[in-house]
Amino acid sequence: MSQHDDHHDHGSELSEMALRVRALETILTEKGYVDPAALDLIVETYETKIGPRNGAKVVARAWSDPAFRRSLLEDATAAVTALGLVGKVGDHLVVVENTPGLHNMVVCTLCSCYPTDLLGLPPVWYKSAPYRSRSVRNPRGVLADFGTVLPADTEIRVWDSTAETRFLVVPMRPAGTDGWDEERLAALVTRDSMIGTGLPKSATEATR
Amino acid sequence: MNGVHDMGGMDGFGKVEPEVNEPVFHAPWEGRVMALMRAMGAGGAWNLDVFRDAREHQPPVFYLTSSYYKSWAKSIETLMLGRGLATPDEIAAGHSLHPAKPLKRGPVQPADVGRAIRRGSYGRPAAAPALFKVGDRVRTRNINPATHTRLPRYARGKLGLIEREHGCHVFPDSSARDWGEDPQWLYTVVFDGRTLWGEDADPALKVSIEAFEPYLEPA
Repeated sequence: MSQHDDHHDHGSELSEMALRVRALETILTEKGYVDPAALDLIVETYETKIGPRNGAKVVARAWSDPAFRRSLLEDATAAVTALGLVGKVGDHLVVVENTPGLHNMVVCTLCSCYPTDLLGLPPVWYKSAPYRSRSVRNPRGVLADFGTVLPADTEIRVWDSTAETRFLVVPMRPAGTDGWDEERLAALVTRDSMIGTGLPKSATEATR
Repeated sequence: MNGVHDMGGMDGFGKVEPEVNEPVFHAPWEGRVMALMRAMGAGGAWNLDVFRDAREHQPPVFYLTSSYYKSWAKSIETLMLGRGLATPDEIAAGHSLHPAKPLKRGPVQPADVGRAIRRGSYGRPAAAPALFKVGDRVRTRNINPATHTRLPRYARGKLGLIEREHGCHVFPDSSARDWGEDPQWLYTVVFDGRTLWGEDADPALKVSIEAFEPYLEPA
């Protein structure tokens, strides 16, 4: 089933959607409900300012600074806001940590709840029926779709985001990165590793 | 409501297909839809739960075959009509033809965009002490409301453990109906995979939901 029905091979539908959305925006603008300049800024913010690199900075700091890591796991909203690297984030952020025996994975089976403040807007697959249906029942199968294989005895913990709490995963720090600074570490942290469908890049992948 | 949006545990949707180097938006109109939704919400036209409820009420075939932002565009249109913010002749004309009904908070200004798109706080003062504490065993209730709820079907009538307590939050089951916030205690409740999916389930699987107190009973 395609989640991209408007995106390719459907030129006519794409222009139909473009026209319909333009009509909605025109009505709402003429009524004074929205300011197109504000809409431009919202789009620009998501396209250029808020994205996974924000989350990666937080993870790199957690890997480097044990006191920050502890405060992050205790109260993530306060810890990230106090950090000052990525601005103020919304309330109810929960950060969970992978360990050798535990792998965390985040889903929203009911809609598309996602830690947007730190990762930007969710990718299409995160909002798709295949991911939402299978993650809570067969997460190893979902991980295999991403090429991620974990030992059979690693506990997999799936967090279904059914309220306004938002979850971010701190993956395990890759081996061979002793002494790396935060900028180098952040480059290893992929978006998927913070959702829990992937692992960070290895030290050798980064230098390749 | 027991709609197709409640997908946890369903079969038949196929593999997850990540897109390499996926753009934030696949077409400019998708960005406009997202911005319209955020701006209208911030202006007070509707709350998040009302918006989710509108999408869940879309016909199942439409929900399952429309792209995410196409479905959002339809939700915006439905809510505009349902709340008297636009009329069918205006939708058909693509222009405002009648005087505007005032928005609760008024239009979002460019200077307020940062605040408007940051996630709000859903925590509220407690009206009563929490019924449960971390470590308590609970059973989720077997409820099947025809209206909006955040208790997924796969986790109804199941034994679980209270793992975290998040204070009192706006209760979506009430908020989605415009019945007010009716704050309720919110907990992370964790289930063994076999409790949810039977003895064949992955023995190393645990799944948690975020459960409002009215979804739970002592066990």
